[in-house]
Amino acid sequence: MKLNERAINTVVLLGLLALPLYALVVDEPFTITLVTRAVILALAAVGLNIVLGIGGLVSFGHALFFGIGGYAMGILAYHAQTYTTLNLGFFSTGGTKLMPVIWLVAMTVSAIVAYVIGKLTLRTSGVYFIMITLAFAQMFYYFTISWAQYGGEDGLSIYIRNDFPGLNTLVPIQFFAICFVILCSVLFLYARLQASPFGLALNATRQSATRVEAVGLDPMKLKLLAFVISGAVTGLAGALFADLNRFVSPTMFSWQLSGELIVLIIIGGVGRLMGPVIGACVFVALEHFLGGLTSFWHIYLGVILLCIVLFARGGILGLLTGKEGAHV
Amino acid sequence: MSSILIIEQILNGLQFGVMLFLMAAGLTLIFGVMGLINLAHGSLYMVGAFAAAAVAGLTGSFLLGLIAALIAAAFAGAIIEMVVIRRLYKAAHLDQVLATFALILIFSEGTRWVFGSFPLFLDIPDALSGPVTLPGGIQYPLYRLTLIAIGLLVALGLWALIERTRIGIQIRAGENDREMIGALGVDISKLYTLIFALGAALAGLAGALVGAIQSVQVGMGEPVLILAFVVIVIGGIGSIRGAFVGALLVGLTDTLGGVFLPELFKLFMEAGAAQKSGSALASMSIYMLMGLVLIWRPTGLFGART
Repeated sequence: MKLNERAINTVVLLGLLALPLYALVVDEPFTITLVTRAVILALAAVGLNIVLGIGGLVSFGHALFFGIGGYAMGILAYHAQTYTTLNLGFFSTGGTKLMPVIWLVAMTVSAIVAYVIGKLTLRTSGVYFIMITLAFAQMFYYFTISWAQYGGEDGLSIYIRNDFPGLNTLVPIQFFAICFVILCSVLFLYARLQASPFGLALNATRQSATRVEAVGLDPMKLKLLAFVISGAVTGLAGALFADLNRFVSPTMFSWQLSGELIVLIIIGGVGRLMGPVIGACVFVALEHFLGGLTSFWHIYLGVILLCIVLFARGGILGLLTGKEGAHV
Repeated sequence: MSSILIIEQILNGLQFGVMLFLMAAGLTLIFGVMGLINLAHGSLYMVGAFAAAAVAGLTGSFLLGLIAALIAAAFAGAIIEMVVIRRLYKAAHLDQVLATFALILIFSEGTRWVFGSFPLFLDIPDALSGPVTLPGGIQYPLYRLTLIAIGLLVALGLWALIERTRIGIQIRAGENDREMIGALGVDISKLYTLIFALGAALAGLAGALVGAIQSVQVGMGEPVLILAFVVIVIGGIGSIRGAFVGALLVGLTDTLGGVFLPELFKLFMEAGAAQKSGSALASMSIYMLMGLVLIWRPTGLFGART
């Protein structure tokens, strides 16, 4: 089977838009929430795809940024709903319920953390990199568990979804619209990034860091920048995810989530624009339908994943387009 | 704070460390020889614990349980090596991570399916229960002391196996040059299955031994797996000696940090806040240790220089 990747991408995006609209017409708000969940997971995985797909860096700790985004939202909204002051020493605020502000904070904090962690971890490569990113995410996981001020292990509940000027975010379709527009913007950014000189250099770094160095570019700087952008995008997704559930807990930092983000990309196709989106849709659909049939649906997920790794290396997009790699 | 408490905590740390070593030894051996990252190692730990709990529950004999754990874990290890892992040796790290992640899902859910979601319990054998009095009048549980002894014995045995036997020579040769030992007539795929089963058996043993002091439940393997990763990253991936030193360092840091950091913070903070920040810092301490080691030596304490 050989289909045009661009055509598939268009169909997937249109389908992602059409399904909630259909659900709106037949009045099934749960379906809209389900699709919103897929869109947000896709956004997080698109973030990871920048380092994993283009840069070839297997970060096994991207839940770290997802969690930071979640806690950025949780902490700001918590202070706003309890009318308490968040005092950071140099700066104090009463928290906020405004989404754009929360997103900005989530992305900035994620980017800063990504910068620091990138500085430390990008010195290593291969297995060391995989395990160190994992370990950093675990560090934050255990930290939030013992962080009693913000709920510790139980997490934080936010009673009312945060506001977006001009919209009622509690209406499922309006919240979906926000997430969908953000996903499309980030996909656009990803496509531009991949084709930009920076993206090409990053791609080259994945293939041969030595040659990139030989033409006068600094692979470390390229990887660090990619890591920072990637962290910020995944952080944004975390803030949206927390808003979707109106709940944050240390599980947003869990290593299973880091693994699942990689799984989403692999199911769809590594390094491909829509790979993470397709992966997220398939994942959420499996979770919903298999999860409804049996509580042991992870077994089937495991088997499917094993088959993809062993037999279908390009993921679903690879199967459909007949091209195994994204970069051919 | 008394010296008795300090010695007790050091022993606890040692006990935790040697159990981590059993896990880390298998992981690092598999990585060193086959170049494979095995996330499913924690599942083998779980398999060992469940096999021990099930058999000990049926027969009432802890020793039979331990033997069952060794056999079940080695058997499970050999099977996944032959069916799945074998296809991954030449694959990229990403594929290895994913395939073994998939194995975790299958093992965890499969175990939940067979045994249910409720934890099983494995009792400490009567002969080893109760405290012993150590020189200096310290009361310490005999079982934990036995764990330390078993861990040290296994470490010694592993050292002898690798340094003093023919198989050990093949393993060391496999770490240096896989193709060459194949060319010299060693059956590589058999050697790989054997090493994998050995690593699995060690993980299963650790699971069974620790299962008697904790509850045996699905998902018990992964926290230990992640700590074992930290251990081998600190020690240098592929180095058994590194795994030993790393395991003791991590075991001691984790245990002593949890007890002494809050106490330390109490010296300059009020008690409640000290307890909170102390334990928060303690839970992060081993990762900080790892960070420091890697800044100092990016390939771990005993890792090969690149």
